[in-house]
Amino acid sequence: MSGARQTPASLVGARPEAAHIIEFDGREIPALPGQSIAAALWAADILAWRTTRVEGRPRGAFCGIGACYDCLATVNGRPNQRTCLLPAQPGDTVTTQEGHGRADLAI
Amino acid sequence: MPTSPSEPQESFDLAVIGAGPAGLAAAVTAAELGLRCALLDAGPRPGGQYYRHPAPGLKAAHPEKLHHGWGIFTGLSARLKRQTDLGRLTYLTEHQVWTAETGEGWRLHATTGPGGSGGTAVVPAAAVLLATGAYERQLPFPGWTLPGVVTAGGAQAMLKAGLVLPGKRIVVAGSGPLLLAAASSLVSAGASVPAVVEATDYLGYARGVTTLAANPAKLVEGAEHGAKLLRHGVRLRRSSAVVQAHGTDRVTGVTIAKLDRQWRPVPGTERYLACDAVAIGHGLVPQIELATELGAETVELGDGTVGLRVDAELRTSLPGLWAAGETCGVGGADLAVAEGELAARVIAGREVPGGLRARQRRRRAFAGLMAAAHRPGPGWPEWLTPETDVCRCEEVSVAKIREAVDDLGAGDARTVKLLTRAGMGWCQGRMCGAAVACLAGGGAPRADSRPLAGPVRLGDLAAVPADDPTY
Ligand code: FES
Repeated sequence: MSGARQTPASLVGARPEAAHIIEFDGREIPALPGQSIAAALWAADILAWRTTRVEGRPRGAFCGIGACYDCLATVNGRPNQRTCLLPAQPGDTVTTQEGHGRADLAI
Repeated sequence: MPTSPSEPQESFDLAVIGAGPAGLAAAVTAAELGLRCALLDAGPRPGGQYYRHPAPGLKAAHPEKLHHGWGIFTGLSARLKRQTDLGRLTYLTEHQVWTAETGEGWRLHATTGPGGSGGTAVVPAAAVLLATGAYERQLPFPGWTLPGVVTAGGAQAMLKAGLVLPGKRIVVAGSGPLLLAAASSLVSAGASVPAVVEATDYLGYARGVTTLAANPAKLVEGAEHGAKLLRHGVRLRRSSAVVQAHGTDRVTGVTIAKLDRQWRPVPGTERYLACDAVAIGHGLVPQIELATELGAETVELGDGTVGLRVDAELRTSLPGLWAAGETCGVGGADLAVAEGELAARVIAGREVPGGLRARQRRRRAFAGLMAAAHRPGPGWPEWLTPETDVCRCEEVSVAKIREAVDDLGAGDARTVKLLTRAGMGWCQGRMCGAAVACLAGGGAPRADSRPLAGPVRLGDLAAVPADDPTY
């Protein structure tokens, strides 16, 4: 095959409005309107944004649909947010969540 | 505006839970037949996981490129819009139902807003149809917690909704027809897929020749995926599994091995595949806990999962509770649409056309064949190491579970859970439940039992009235 490789956006003929910026651990990350925070991080080749409570291992999105809770992060100061469900809003601040986060468990 | 649980609300004739293929078909059919109907769904847009599609802001001109049967969805969406515009159907988006009460009719309790971050709502209805679909079954393997290892459905979901991929070179592995669909959309979207690693040998399908012949559309769908994979040079490796993912901070490659008939890895057949992501899944598990909490009867399905027991009219064992689609056993979108429509007709007291009934039966038979063909073999735990985490949330290893079983005498998943905390974390066992049950050697699968079907804040729980018979 020749030419530029297909991308998800080119496949579906997406013409989104300009990306906005969210902050991840002090880094500026572009997010397309409508993308979840997890999707914006994947697009920036970031796969991990949490460390586990016991072993401190890196984790990111696993199930992509809100069922596994591996994608938790602190968003705008609120810990334990499932980033695969949260649409990225301009100016959101996302920080790697270490251990169990700080908030009361949401369950 | 958060709704207080005590706020009186209009009571509906029917509340449908889940706006995927089954729920959409049921809700629009019921509304068109004159029932006052509410459709509740946890997501912001209709379609469920199967018809997940880009957010409007992404302005996708051709969302159908990532879907099979997109025309069915656009048809259902148009009917949904018409019925909501006419005020006959109330579509409640971002309503995650976490418990249902029954007595005089039904009361559904939901959290609202993105990820349940809003308030709460109570929806009363005379009848309920459960169309909550399924989530993926996972079987652990060493390295499956590395970033870059994602569920096959998750890779699909993130691609369909967010137009993103977890990597450039993605190994697709596990078992079941979802793998071919996932691989086919990943390569369409520009990923390279070095292999689809399928644990079964597909011989199971040969036992159901007449069922296959009665479902030509299913064969065509499979053939289309197969042809696309061939065009993209994707190898299908049957009777094989990923037995280890390698990497430290993210996955860099996998070891795959041949499996024998019992799904035991055959020594000496290992080979290494470089990749930067893995999409893995072993079929789907019906999501039925709202019904099982209330004591609905279940059946064991051919793939070793548990679904709701329904009669030919899709009634569960609980009066006023119907079920359609994957909640009765996983069988795909077309079956789900047929069942949604069938149940709605029955609930509305209408005749069920013979053609609809026949289509439902044919697709159900195919679902049974598919389930049996992909049932995990008993030997899969042989690819585990003692250090492999089984429970991702609580980081409970194989060694700890074996200790609970061998030294402490735990004979079932429940006891293992109490002794090790496996399945007691955030996901409430959705990711490790199948594996823990198998390692506990508890015999026949049982329906998951969770006190709550979705996450709910303590404050919301406390706000449920004290005279509530459920508590
Ligand atoms: S990735 Fe599983 S909950 Fe977000």
